[in-house]
Amino acid sequence: MNLGSPLNSRRILGETGNMAPRTLFEKVWDLHVVAAPEGQSALLYIDLHLVHEVTSPQAFDGLRANGRRLRQPLRTVATVDHNIPTTPRGLPITDPIAAKQIEALQNNCREFGVPLFDVDSAEQGIVHVIGPELGITLPGMTIVCGDSHTSTHGAFGSLAFGIGTSEVEHVLATQCLPQKKPKTMQIHVSGKLAEGVTAKDLALGIIGRIGTDGATGYVVEYAGDAVRELSMEGRMTLCNMSIEAGARAGLIAPDETTFAYVNGRRFAPRGKNWEAAVAYWQMLAGDPGAQFDRVIEIDAAALAPFVTWGTNPGMVVAVDSRVPELTSFAQEADRRAAEQALAYMGLDPGTPIEAIAVDRVFIGSCTNSRIEDLRAAARVAKGQHVNPKVRAMVVPGSQAVKRAAEQEGLHRIFLDAGFEWRESGCSMCLGMNPDILQPGERCASTSNRNFEGRQGRGGRTHLVSPMMAAAAAIAGHFTDIRNWRFQ
Amino acid sequence: MQSFRKHTGVVVPLDKVNVDTDQIIPKQFLKRIERTGFGEFLFYDWRFSGDGKKVGDFVLDAPRYAKASILVAGKNFGCGSSREHAVWALTDFGFRVVIASSFADIFANNSLKNGLLTVRLNEEQVAEITRHSKEIENYQLTVDLEILRVEDGQGFAATFAMDEFSRHSLLNGLDDIELTLQQEAEIAAYEAKHPVRAEMKAIAVIV
Ligand code: SF4
Repeated sequence: MNLGSPLNSRRILGETGNMAPRTLFEKVWDLHVVAAPEGQSALLYIDLHLVHEVTSPQAFDGLRANGRRLRQPLRTVATVDHNIPTTPRGLPITDPIAAKQIEALQNNCREFGVPLFDVDSAEQGIVHVIGPELGITLPGMTIVCGDSHTSTHGAFGSLAFGIGTSEVEHVLATQCLPQKKPKTMQIHVSGKLAEGVTAKDLALGIIGRIGTDGATGYVVEYAGDAVRELSMEGRMTLCNMSIEAGARAGLIAPDETTFAYVNGRRFAPRGKNWEAAVAYWQMLAGDPGAQFDRVIEIDAAALAPFVTWGTNPGMVVAVDSRVPELTSFAQEADRRAAEQALAYMGLDPGTPIEAIAVDRVFIGSCTNSRIEDLRAAARVAKGQHVNPKVRAMVVPGSQAVKRAAEQEGLHRIFLDAGFEWRESGCSMCLGMNPDILQPGERCASTSNRNFEGRQGRGGRTHLVSPMMAAAAAIAGHFTDIRNWRFQ
Repeated sequence: MQSFRKHTGVVVPLDKVNVDTDQIIPKQFLKRIERTGFGEFLFYDWRFSGDGKKVGDFVLDAPRYAKASILVAGKNFGCGSSREHAVWALTDFGFRVVIASSFADIFANNSLKNGLLTVRLNEEQVAEITRHSKEIENYQLTVDLEILRVEDGQGFAATFAMDEFSRHSLLNGLDDIELTLQQEAEIAAYEAKHPVRAEMKAIAVIV
């Protein structure tokens, strides 16, 4: 994002006179091409590089080994999220290897001058939660991070994608990345989501329809009334899950909802800069008539609250249906995958989803740990009690989310209902920290991946929305939130 | 970057679709801060029981595949987490090539940076290689990046595609950071037009 000189960007965007209509993605791409050397991929400028402890140590080592410096410290922002325990912050980190990795990040940030929202920072949180909430993530940027869910930031109309550690090193050293231009896909969601059907359900519904590789090689733009209606939190949830359909990135054109969210945030543009920024952002939306390589139409009204039954996010059905029969898979490889998944999940074909009991509930992760997610879960939990057989935890995405929730009294609702209320971090989304499932434990989780062992070896993960997770905690099994009696 | 020209090796079939990087290298091994030593943890949860004992029946541990350096798997290989550790585990274990009908984008990028060749063939060809590698003891393939061709010397041959720049980089083991730095004039010109915005300067104090 080039707010230093929006006029430059405006000129580029304004020069559409004899250009073919472009999509949002194409505009953001064009604005960031530094060079297109003959016979090579285009070199893209990266406006913002987010860094965390797990995928960066080898990249900093690479810089040191080659005597390279960090090119743009003010376009690089680090935090600690994956490894960090979610127990009270004063306690020591008992896992020595995790502690070493966190220490490596602290040392690297000091050595190379990277701003770090450290363990004890009031702004610490999951990297994809704090970028937007601090006003660091803005519309029209290119954003990368050594984490696949970087797609989250696409909710602001930025081109945001996950990269590997070698590419992290590349961006640290050059602030650029050579990129092949992906194909474009529009997912157009018309109509209105029903009460109880959330952005998470929309995401799961899309992945269920197109598969976990349905968007591989594409950048997705989400459009349509149902997408426009979503809050920024909902848009982040939707874009976050783009990678689970294989997409390189997922974007939503910035609009008044976006501007209202960004305005006033700590590092957001102010005063005259704000005016200029909004004028620029307003030009980012795709031109009428812009062409996509592929268009998918979704009817929002046909979607239900979803629950995954297998070991990837595409293995998903509506809560009021059943675990699929093996005979329903046309392809032999898919049938075998389903069979293996059901064996791992300890489920029989034909079981009604609502008959599946859970042992654990996790409300958190970069998909669903923002204030609105916690409000939705609290609405369900209010005046209720977690089933005695269930252990349920709520993990806010950041310290700021935690503070906001506590100001609203949401933590009281959760604690009174028997949920654990913890410190911010990735927590049980990937179980790299002490929050893990035990073998065979079944979990209703608001995270994004139900891969084998993701939340702990032998753990069985069912992906759901925050409301559905809270309802499962109370009922002790999955239950259709559309029939919930709110207190 | 490590170069790749031509490689002949034993093929091991991992007859699964959607193999995600959480399976290739489970998260408990991501805390290492080095690039090396990940091989022994490759496919850990499939190869070892909870108490760290070898399960024994996982295909990679079968004696006939002990020398395998080419992995053939189902579609969408490497999906999920961006962890480059997945590629480091494969190369550290001894793999030079992975063949599948499709790969997740980030995994394919990461492979390229580490000299691990990802070869896309169609589903029938993948099925054929899978079958041969199960039926024929010591089944080998030769993968030649110069002519973009895979063959077993026993009648199976296939060509594959790769964008010209990636192929060139791999063949020559080019350091792509160095390549980018050759565009210094363009990068500097871009940065002059697009300076860091004023509000971000306040972040400098948070070091
Ligand atoms: S919450 Fe989960 S998916 Fe998100 S960044 Fe953390 S580990 Fe990755």
